[in-house]
Amino acid sequence: MIAALCSALGVFLVLRRLSLIGDGLAHVTFGSVALALLLRFQSVYTAIAAIPCVLLSAFGILKIAEKARIYGDAAIGIVSSLGIATGIMLASLAGGFNVDLFSYLFGNILAISSEELLVTAALSFTVLLTIALCYNDLLAITFDEELAATSGIKVARINSVLVSLTALTVVLAMKVVGIMLISALLILPATTALQLARGFKTAILLAVTLGIASVAGGIFISFLLNLPTGATIIFISFILFAASFLIRKLRSLG
Amino acid sequence: MQVNAISINGLWFDYHGSEVLKDITCDIAAGDYVGVVGPNGSGKSTLVRCILGLNRPAAGSITLFGIPRDSFVDWRRIGYLPQGLQMLNPGFPATVREIVRLGRLSTKSFPKRFGRDDAIAVDKALELMAISDIGDKLIGELSGGLRQRTVLARALVNEPDLLILDEPTTALDPDTRENFYATLKDLNLNRKTTVLLVTHDSSTIGLYASRLLYLDKKIVFYGDFREFCESAEMTGFFGLQGQHLICRRH
Repeated sequence: MIAALCSALGVFLVLRRLSLIGDGLAHVTFGSVALALLLRFQSVYTAIAAIPCVLLSAFGILKIAEKARIYGDAAIGIVSSLGIATGIMLASLAGGFNVDLFSYLFGNILAISSEELLVTAALSFTVLLTIALCYNDLLAITFDEELAATSGIKVARINSVLVSLTALTVVLAMKVVGIMLISALLILPATTALQLARGFKTAILLAVTLGIASVAGGIFISFLLNLPTGATIIFISFILFAASFLIRKLRSLG
Repeated sequence: MQVNAISINGLWFDYHGSEVLKDITCDIAAGDYVGVVGPNGSGKSTLVRCILGLNRPAAGSITLFGIPRDSFVDWRRIGYLPQGLQMLNPGFPATVREIVRLGRLSTKSFPKRFGRDDAIAVDKALELMAISDIGDKLIGELSGGLRQRTVLARALVNEPDLLILDEPTTALDPDTRENFYATLKDLNLNRKTTVLLVTHDSSTIGLYASRLLYLDKKIVFYGDFREFCESAEMTGFFGLQGQHLICRRH
C-alpha cells in the first residue's frame, strides 16, 4: 500500500519539480520522531505525533515559496535543514542516538507493530481515495497551473491537497524504507514509469506496479540474503529505472 | 441591452513598485475581434492575466459578461491560450486527447468525471484544429506547432463565448498560421465568438481583427480600423509605411 501511495504521488511530484519535497519532509519527520522518543511515546504514537509536524512543514514550504518569492527547492531546503537541526538537537538532549531512532532513520519493516499496521492501512486508504477523487484536478495543475485556474480549479486548494497527501505518505513510509530513503521511493518508480508510459493514467498505474514490485522484491531478497530491507528496495528500484531507461533508448533507436 | 464580454474600469497594476498598467478603461463588446498590440514590456500579457484573475490589480475593476471578475465562475464560457506553453516539459506523459479533455473540467463539479459527451466535444475540437490523427500521441513528442494546436483545441473544446489568446502563432509555420487565423475569423463571424488576440505581429492583425487596442502601459489607441487608419497620432507611432501595412485591408 505504501509503495502504491509513494509511486502514484511521485508522478505528480516529479512532473511538478517537487521531487525533493519527500526528502525535506522526511527530515522534518526525523525531528518529530526525535521529539517523540525524547518524550518516550509508544511506537504507534510516534508516527501519529509526526503527522501534524509534517503537515505544518508541508504548508510551510508552500507559504515560504509564495511569500518569500523563492523557488520551491530553496523552501524545501530551509524546512529540511530545520527538521534535521531539530532532530540532532533533541537526540543530543536525549543522550545521543539510540536503536529506536536508527530504526526510523534506516527503516525496520520487522519493527512495525499491528497497531501501526492498522493506522497505516486506514491512512493509506484515505490517501488513495483522495488521489482518485482529485485525479483530474491534480493532472490539470501538473500540466499548467494557470490553465487549470482558468478552468475554475482552485489551484491553491489542490496544491494543499497534494502536499498534505505527500506529508501523510512520508510519515507512513518512514518505518518501511527509513527517513533517509523515503524520497527515493517517491522518485524512482515515478521516473521509471515516465520513461515508458504513453498516457498519464498509464504512467500512474505503471509507477504503482513498479513501486509494489520493488518493495515486494526488496523484502523478499533482503530476507533471503539477510540484507537491510530499505536499502534493498531502493537498489531494486534503481535497477528497474536503469532497465526502463535502456528500453526507452532502444525504442527510440528502433 | 447587450452585455459586454469584458469591461475594464480604471485598472492599475504595478510590479515591484514599477507601474505596468496605468488607468486602463475599455469595453470589449460580445462578438468583437480585438487585436492587442504594443511594444515589448507594454503590459499586453499582464492585461490578459488581470482579466483572467491570474494577476491581482492594484486598483480598478473588471467584469466578465457583466459579472465582477472575482465572482465569475462560468469558466466554460472562456477559452485561454497562454504565452509560451509550447515550451512544456518534453517528458510530460499525457496524450493530446488527455490534454484537450482537461478543458472540459470547467463544466464539471466534484467529483469531476468524464463521460461520452466529453469524448464527443474532444473529437470536435481535435477535428477543428485538424489534429484528429494525433489524439493518442504524447504531447511532449510533438513539434511546437502541433503542441500549440493541441492547446488551442483545449481552449476551443467548450465552444467558448470568449477566446483570449496570448501570442498564439509564435510556434506555427506560415501555412498553419493562415489556417489558424481563418479558423478564428470563422468562429468570430459564424459562432459570434468574442476574440481578444495579443500579438506582436501588428502587420497581420489588421487582416483579421475588427478593432485594435494599442497598449504602452496605458491605452494609446482603442477603436476600429477606420479610426486607426485615419489617426495622425497613430501615423506618429507606426510611421506612414507601418500604418499603411496594418491598414491594407481597410
